[in-house]
Amino acid sequence: MTRAFDTPAGLVLGAPQLDIKAMHKRFEQTDIIRNLSLSVWPGERVAIIGPNGAGKSTLFDLISGRLAPSSGQVWLGGQRIDGQKPFQINRLGLSRSFQISQLFATLSVFDNLRCAMLWQLGLGYAFWKFLASQRDANARTQALMQRLQLDNVSDTPAQHLSYAQQRALELGMALACDPAVLLLDEPTAGMSQSETRHFMALIDELTQGKTLLIVEHDMSVVFGLADKIAVMVQGELLAFDRVDAVRADPRVQQAYLGAVLPASPADQHAWA
Amino acid sequence: MSLVRVTSAQRPPDAAAHIGGRLALWGGYALVLALAPLWLTSSLSQSLLSQMGIAIIVCLSYNLLLGQGGLVSFGHAVYSGAGAFLAIHTLNRVTGGWALPVSLIPLVGGLGSAALALLLGWVTTRRAGTPFAMITFGIGELVWAAALVLPDFFGGEGGVSGNRVTGSAPFGVTFGPPIQLYYLIALYTLVCTALMYALTRTPLGRLLNAVRDNPQRVAMVGYNPQQVRYRVFVMAAFFAGVGGGLSALHFELVSAEVFSAHRSGLYLLFTFIGGSTFFFGPILGAVLMVLALSLLPGLTPAWLLYLGVIFVAMVMRAPGGLAALGVALWQRAGQTAWWRQWPQRLALLTSALLAISPLWVWVEMTFRLQLADELPPTLSLLGLTLDAHSPTSWLGSGLVGGFGAGLWWVSRRWLAQKERP
Repeated sequence: MTRAFDTPAGLVLGAPQLDIKAMHKRFEQTDIIRNLSLSVWPGERVAIIGPNGAGKSTLFDLISGRLAPSSGQVWLGGQRIDGQKPFQINRLGLSRSFQISQLFATLSVFDNLRCAMLWQLGLGYAFWKFLASQRDANARTQALMQRLQLDNVSDTPAQHLSYAQQRALELGMALACDPAVLLLDEPTAGMSQSETRHFMALIDELTQGKTLLIVEHDMSVVFGLADKIAVMVQGELLAFDRVDAVRADPRVQQAYLGAVLPASPADQHAWA
Repeated sequence: MSLVRVTSAQRPPDAAAHIGGRLALWGGYALVLALAPLWLTSSLSQSLLSQMGIAIIVCLSYNLLLGQGGLVSFGHAVYSGAGAFLAIHTLNRVTGGWALPVSLIPLVGGLGSAALALLLGWVTTRRAGTPFAMITFGIGELVWAAALVLPDFFGGEGGVSGNRVTGSAPFGVTFGPPIQLYYLIALYTLVCTALMYALTRTPLGRLLNAVRDNPQRVAMVGYNPQQVRYRVFVMAAFFAGVGGGLSALHFELVSAEVFSAHRSGLYLLFTFIGGSTFFFGPILGAVLMVLALSLLPGLTPAWLLYLGVIFVAMVMRAPGGLAALGVALWQRAGQTAWWRQWPQRLALLTSALLAISPLWVWVEMTFRLQLADELPPTLSLLGLTLDAHSPTSWLGSGLVGGFGAGLWWVSRRWLAQKERP
């Protein structure tokens, strides 16, 4: 597999696809994200790992616009997106999935996926066009449904799907608008080992060429997929490097054993 | 008008297969609208038919919010009422010399209501759920209060009256005879139904369902949920305004009562009873609304109580309304096994009615005791005369109920026995 940051092409672009600069998030008296900086280059696949409560999902909420950072900036392909609304950020080419599936419960699988791509196909708030006559949208939906192996439940309301099918649909909803940057929040949470393996292969296949951030609880799940790993502990970036380097990092190993090293500002700089 | 659920997938292959059935449904709907007054010829029933057509438009428009958008509005009468007032004032202008065909006046009502919704809806639709319900209620009260203190426009207690026989009379149609107006209403009903049905099959219509199910996700697929709600809210107001405009032509009198919370509540109640999860549910609800409001008060003084009981029972046990019950029954009736148990099912139904009959009898007798000045103390029922003052009547009906409950228990076991393979 070609890795974007290995090729000169990635360098030619000259700018990260997603750039988080000194982001800070405070809820009341608690700092959830502490002065976090992270640059992701086009085509890179970054896994964000860390223990529960490290702020991984909050980080996604901040990037995707569900939450606004207390300070700092987020840039998406040269545009500043912090403070923008989720739908505005999505229109700029960033999409995300949720840790707890966010589906249109009573709509069919087909309608779920189609709704997720209508905006990108330029249909907007149209009330003068019939969905049935949107050949492009319907064909794309059908194709995506097949790739997700959901075509046999096309007409089933999302709420009646099995858990694994709901997770596949959740992934499909994030992919449907063909985003440049994709954030996946624990896509395999709650799956069995064999389901996880199968599903990670599906993610690998479907996200080729996309800039990907994937939150994972379990480091071993993402080794095969990620180019880089970012380790978050207590709202801070403990390490951000290639997979091998992060694996070998004694501080990461220690953090994962439960003993978090008090990272000095100098250390942060070294790792960021 | 099809039985297709609002929420189901509609894809080209299925659509093509169902075209025949759909044409038949729409043709049947148009035929019923066209032929009903030939069958129901009395002026009372034709007036009821006109009111049903109007109610269908308003209830369907209400269901754009309730069923399709998951938005409980307590102030829909604001928009049907605004349409009615605009229409009656326009009618009086036409009488004064404006060159506008009377048949287009309902559209003026619709556009006016849409304009009002463009303004008020901006506030209302920023939030869904409880805040939406609260704000619609607040605006409803506000508009009603405003209508009462601005008698110049809203006509005060007496309301504003008009005369629909005015302006030019194309092809000799003056709308003087109620039957001519009925056909205008029927035409509007058909077209509005078709337009609202069409809306459910467009990107905006489907996104409305999506916003109902999960606004958070909608925001992550490029849509602003507020904008989806806002646009549909304006459309719902348009159709409500058309309905209001037609009612102004029908009654030739509009008073501030059209804005009342009671009326908004009736729209909610009957749209729900008809069935908000099916497109055609509110049509049933609208027909029932007109029948209930015009016939029930003459049948029993306790009609509002029964309406409330039915509403509560349906919210708890049949949230899909009559439409869902009907469809479920239709599907079960298609099974031969279901028919084979007809004696058991009939026994179950009859005994259940018998078991709850004392509640009904007691309510009626209580009302007769309370309203002794207006009502006779006796109540005829299946050839029996019950007397509210006689303990025998109270006790007897209770015994009948107890007997019914026993029968119900027996027939339930009987049915269970037959259902066992």
